[in-house]
Amino acid sequence: MFVNKAPIKSYLSVGKSQLQSLIDGLHKLGYQTIGPRIVDGAIVYGELNAISDLPVGYVDWQDGGKYRLEPSDEAGHFDYVVGPDSLKKFLFPARETLLQSIRVDGTWNMATPDPAPHPLAVFGVRSCDLHALAIQDKVFLGGPYVDPGYQSRRNALFVVAVNCRRAAATCFCHSMKTGPAVEGGFDLALTELADRFVVQVGSTRGAEVMTNIEWTACTLQDIDDARSISKTLRDQMRTRAHNAETQRESELPRERHLDTTDIHDLLLDNLEHPRWSQVANRCLACANCTIVCPTCFCSSVSEVSDLSGDNVRRERAWDSCFTAEHSYMNTGTVRKTTASRYRQWLTHKLATWTDQFGTSGCVGCGRCITWCPVGIDLTEEVAAIRGDES
Amino acid sequence: MTMLLDQPKNCQPWTAHSARIVDIRPEVPGVATYDLVLDDPQVASAYRFRPGQFNMLYLPGFGESAISISSDPARHDVLSHTVRVAGNVTQALAKQKVGDRIAVRGPFGSDWPVNACRGHDIVLACGGIGLAPLRPAIYHILNHREDYGRVIVLYGARTPGDLLYTAEFSAWREKKLEVEVSVDVGTPDWKGHIGVVPVLFYRLRLQPERTSVMSCGPEIMMRFVVFEALARKVRPENIYVSLERNMSCGMGFCGHCQMGPYFVCKDGPVFNFRQVEPYFHLEDL
Ligand SMILES: Cc1cc2nc3c(=O)[nH]c(=O)nc-3n(C[C@H](O)[C@H](O)[C@H](O)COP(=O)(O)OP(=O)(O)OC[C@H]3O[C@@H](n4cnc5c(N)ncnc54)[C@H](O)[C@@H]3O)c2cc1C
Ligand code: SF4
Ligand code: SF4
Repeated sequence: MFVNKAPIKSYLSVGKSQLQSLIDGLHKLGYQTIGPRIVDGAIVYGELNAISDLPVGYVDWQDGGKYRLEPSDEAGHFDYVVGPDSLKKFLFPARETLLQSIRVDGTWNMATPDPAPHPLAVFGVRSCDLHALAIQDKVFLGGPYVDPGYQSRRNALFVVAVNCRRAAATCFCHSMKTGPAVEGGFDLALTELADRFVVQVGSTRGAEVMTNIEWTACTLQDIDDARSISKTLRDQMRTRAHNAETQRESELPRERHLDTTDIHDLLLDNLEHPRWSQVANRCLACANCTIVCPTCFCSSVSEVSDLSGDNVRRERAWDSCFTAEHSYMNTGTVRKTTASRYRQWLTHKLATWTDQFGTSGCVGCGRCITWCPVGIDLTEEVAAIRGDES
Repeated sequence: MTMLLDQPKNCQPWTAHSARIVDIRPEVPGVATYDLVLDDPQVASAYRFRPGQFNMLYLPGFGESAISISSDPARHDVLSHTVRVAGNVTQALAKQKVGDRIAVRGPFGSDWPVNACRGHDIVLACGGIGLAPLRPAIYHILNHREDYGRVIVLYGARTPGDLLYTAEFSAWREKKLEVEVSVDVGTPDWKGHIGVVPVLFYRLRLQPERTSVMSCGPEIMMRFVVFEALARKVRPENIYVSLERNMSCGMGFCGHCQMGPYFVCKDGPVFNFRQVEPYFHLEDL
């Protein structure tokens, strides 16, 4: 059966070879296509023009301060999870111009550049990262001010999500209620079955794109098969909390989970806990954790001027609460110690973010654990403060 | 979900507006007041601020600084900013002359609760440059003097030569503002108090149940002001402080100004003491 128009929320069955026509279809609509690629031994987002460029057949092994990619016979197109990149760099670029000022006859003309961003389609977005996207939307679009650059790039984004079939030891989306099943906020969502993909249509744009692709309607069995992949993974992740004892004795990486019960008050009632200075003894204040975190949004603005001083750009670049400059005032730096900076970061992620944006600032992607050079693990820090070290 | 994203709000919050410096008044060593007029008449006529709010003053090539507006909110012809030379941006500002142009984004932030405090006695306790953000509140009170009971300004600076706006004190006193001034270090001809601002509370006979306190100055000073006010049974919910933090945007995007759950730029700078009570005493927060 070949039907052209797929309704939103419908499930379509698509042959594996058809994935290329999805890319081609997006190109035809003017999208640049981005997807997971292997660069320097890690999965990052890069240009994706051929499905064969996907890291098909690879899985990743992640632990505190450790990351390794390995071929696996069982692995399909998307069986690695998240790498150091996330959607953040596309919507909130590491560097961008906020204001352009030109002086003519002593008067400044100032305007925010409108770069009219290229429509971007990103493949392989996981449930945790869709939640991170929704969180950054709240930061940049949900308040009294709207960040215009973020907004225009956001409107030009097309998301091809993927349901995870396996999780890394560092993943704890099940604790943060952000996965593993993709539930919304996508244009299309893929679930890989043995011989094909189940494609869930999430938006009108997604439906439009599917008109260029050969598909058949899913049978109830297909839908069940697709759903049970997420469900099996979720159930498996949920046993982690109970397996903590056996986990400790094994050589394998500890499978993360985070007890979020009353976490807001737990952390804010313990702002003077000795654990902050203990973790600070290990923390290098390198800011890696904030850079890889898909929700961290701190930035600083600097001036870039030509020699005449008549052409000036204001540039925003990612910054981190782990630097001394972040809280610098000429009357004194507020957060003078690494302990106070780690405390700011963790309490912001897991407690005060909720006060500010009505959601946790952590989606359980585990990036900050993997990419911390000394393997500091926020789930361990919270457990230590809770006093039930696991 | 994309529908939500298309709503028009303030679309160009990063765009600064050119403004002309129409007057510069040196106040005390290192501090001057700059009167600005926005160049675009439309922007100028739409511009309104409330006492305690601040602007981001921009000097292209140097950067932006958060500076409180120190003029009368009822005046719509000029915007005054009283600025202490600190570093890069404020030094560049100090080199500007009347007629030069800088740029303005704003106003930002919360305001002194001049309306909520109607009918109250008010203590304005400030130190150093901290009088600047309170001056619009003082002007508002002077313009609506009958709305308030006793109004007491407790003001401290390092030396007598560092006291701001002294030329205005007699006009304030004429309208029955009690202005009590103290310095840390006196001069031979100084006849006033010596000591820190919180000590000025000692001689006040307050009616605490009908008193509001608004404070701006170094955080350590404000902690003692709050301490003295509470010791005199002023209700914590009637105490307000204005906080200062590094900020790069004024809109809650840059993350620098966080203090516990707050963004000082948009939830503050003026806070009710109840809001900041759990965090106020903590070092390095
Ligand atoms: C809400 C608010 C209102 C303020 N009102 C006034 C005022 O009315 N008059 C006045 O003289 N000053 C005021 N300040 C302080 C003023 O913003 C700083 O003195 C100024 O930013 C210093 O910039 P600079 O480039 O000259 O100094 P530098 O030392 O070169 O500062 C570098 C950067 O650090 C940050 N920074 C340094 N000191 C401070 C500080 N004290 N507060 C915030 N950010 C800082 C700024 O981002 C600045 O761009 C206010 C600050 C805030 C937050
Ligand atoms: S805090 Fe760590 S686990 Fe949580 S979203 Fe950020 S990078 Fe992922
Ligand atoms: S927690 Fe780890 S990644 Fe984050 S600043 Fe410290 S050492 Fe760097």
